Amino acid sequence: MTALLPSPETIAALVKIGLLVGGLMTAAAYLVLVERWIAAWVQDRRGPNRVGIPLTKIRLFGLGQPLADGLKIIFKEDFTPRHVDKVLYNAAPLALLTASLAIFAAIPFGSVLPPLNIPGLPDPVPFLVAPGLDVGVLWVFALSSIAVYGVLLGGWASNNKYGFLGGLRSSAQLVAYEIPLGLGLLGVVLATGSLQLDIIMNKQAETGLWYVFAQPLGFVVFLIASFAEAARLPFDLPEAEQELVGGYHTEYAGIKLLLFLVSEFLHMVTAAFLIVIMFLGGWHFWGITGSTQEVTWVGAFLRFGILSAKIFAVILFFMVVRWSWPRFRFDQLMNLAWKVMLPLGLLNLVVVATIEEFRPALQSALGNSLTTGVAVGVPWIIFFGGLICAGMLTPSSTDNRPIRTRDPFDQERHLEKDEPMNKPSSELVEA
Amino acid sequence: MNHEALSVLASLFPFLDWHGFFFLLFAGVACVAAVMVVLSDNVVRMALHLVLSLGATAGLFFLAGAEFVGAMQLMIYVGGTLVLLVFGVMLTAQTQLVALRTPAGDRVIAGILAAALLAVLVQAAFSIDSWQKAGQGVATAPTATPLGMALVGVRVDQVADENLVRPKSGYLLPFEIVSVHLLVVLVGAAYLARAKRRRVPRPVDLVASADSVKPGSPVAASSTLVAGGSE
Repeated sequence: MTALLPSPETIAALVKIGLLVGGLMTAAAYLVLVERWIAAWVQDRRGPNRVGIPLTKIRLFGLGQPLADGLKIIFKEDFTPRHVDKVLYNAAPLALLTASLAIFAAIPFGSVLPPLNIPGLPDPVPFLVAPGLDVGVLWVFALSSIAVYGVLLGGWASNNKYGFLGGLRSSAQLVAYEIPLGLGLLGVVLATGSLQLDIIMNKQAETGLWYVFAQPLGFVVFLIASFAEAARLPFDLPEAEQELVGGYHTEYAGIKLLLFLVSEFLHMVTAAFLIVIMFLGGWHFWGITGSTQEVTWVGAFLRFGILSAKIFAVILFFMVVRWSWPRFRFDQLMNLAWKVMLPLGLLNLVVVATIEEFRPALQSALGNSLTTGVAVGVPWIIFFGGLICAGMLTPSSTDNRPIRTRDPFDQERHLEKDEPMNKPSSELVEA
Repeated sequence: MNHEALSVLASLFPFLDWHGFFFLLFAGVACVAAVMVVLSDNVVRMALHLVLSLGATAGLFFLAGAEFVGAMQLMIYVGGTLVLLVFGVMLTAQTQLVALRTPAGDRVIAGILAAALLAVLVQAAFSIDSWQKAGQGVATAPTATPLGMALVGVRVDQVADENLVRPKSGYLLPFEIVSVHLLVVLVGAAYLARAKRRRVPRPVDLVASADSVKPGSPVAASSTLVAGGSE
């Protein structure tokens, strides 16, 4: 009986999980450093540039900073306030980190390896922990909606007004922006005909037409919604420091706080992965990588490098945006989700569905190149039209100042009409 | 651990391979969490145990190869419905809800009902012939595409009696009926929860228009400013 011995496939999956988790954690640590550099650059400061190799005077541009920060925060006192709900307080960061890491089971981080010829291991080996998972995109969505629990629980278990407000804000925001996120993604799924992220990448590589060119509206909707899902500025209301101290992790310290912060960074990395894979062609680049599944070793790592470079570029974009935009007010956030993003996402879906429906007819009537022209041109016209309509129809701000029923300084009027102040006038109430 | 020890272990527990291990894990978590839903006295804890139970059920679906159902279970129940439930429970949890006391009579009635239901389910489960044989393993075929096709009208399973059920009827009609039903519910909820006030000009604006007949007074100037700023 060798049922308990892991098969080569299991071992391959474990190796991939190890590489991915290690890589992601290191990347998260160093992305914090990059973020601080970018912040310093935007604000005309120098940023962290002192910490280098310990016990020497070598600075290395501050590359030792993440290590020092990590050690510091791990060895801080793990203080638990007395008024918290202990079990949930401890479970929240774990739930959040587990969900954010488990998402990567369905996210490819490269193309395929050349044939290895290991018995029991089907070739080619893909850069993907769970290859052939038929519902890759749904898995990503399901796990990201589970990540809400970490935030909600953390906020509630803290038994603290700021924490609770942060948790509530966060869950309302995440629930609202999941819809435009899904709509932006549905267009891609519809055009590809598959829910598997690696197949979506392969399709873009085959045609050479990234979906950002074919579905600009879907790209913009997905991009903005993923900013909101990652709770990055201008959507960082759940942890608005100036209003909520730290939001849902106000009461956390030490390594639990670290888990929360790492999960937040992982959300941003996940968003960048999804944007690159679904809209920016994944590992494909014209003229450099091939477009088929046959690769050499050089090609395989070239594809991995191109995918990583694109992801890094998207993350840099995330960081520059953070220091360029002020935070939304909550009503503006909700207006944007329900009145702008939702209609635009639906519009994108309808356009994509129409084009995909008439593509065969167009191909027989016009030929291939003209069809591609139409399939790219029409969405761009709709894109600019949709943005203009959204800008004209949706007010950019809502007047939410308190309604004053009475001017408190207008004494004469009260005396004239013989009404008490602040009494709602009866004509306002519907019969 | 060497081969002999493994084979001894395997002979002791014939179901214990990795599949069996994860099945027992998920099933155990689902059952224990379900019991905890009933037994805990804090309404927030109850909701969270429900999350655990439904999440473990999703794990069972994934284990059986029904990836689509598993993902849907996670998305709709764990990630959708229960988030709203937990959200609502947390907002409304007052002292009487965080220390719930179940009367003894309720416990007895619940126990009797649960035992009766369990008896029926066990009887039903053992009366199905195909469940008595060894398992047919994990379904390997993709599940999402056939389900999607079935929803838009292409019948994928074999119809046994073609006289009773027209082939290729699909699930489009039930699907549409359910969605129209949901739409009706949504419209009804929006109607019930609508604002009961007629849309009238705001009192500030009324004051402004009334005051505009006597310009120059300080009150008129200030309220016009307020009303003008709102546009």
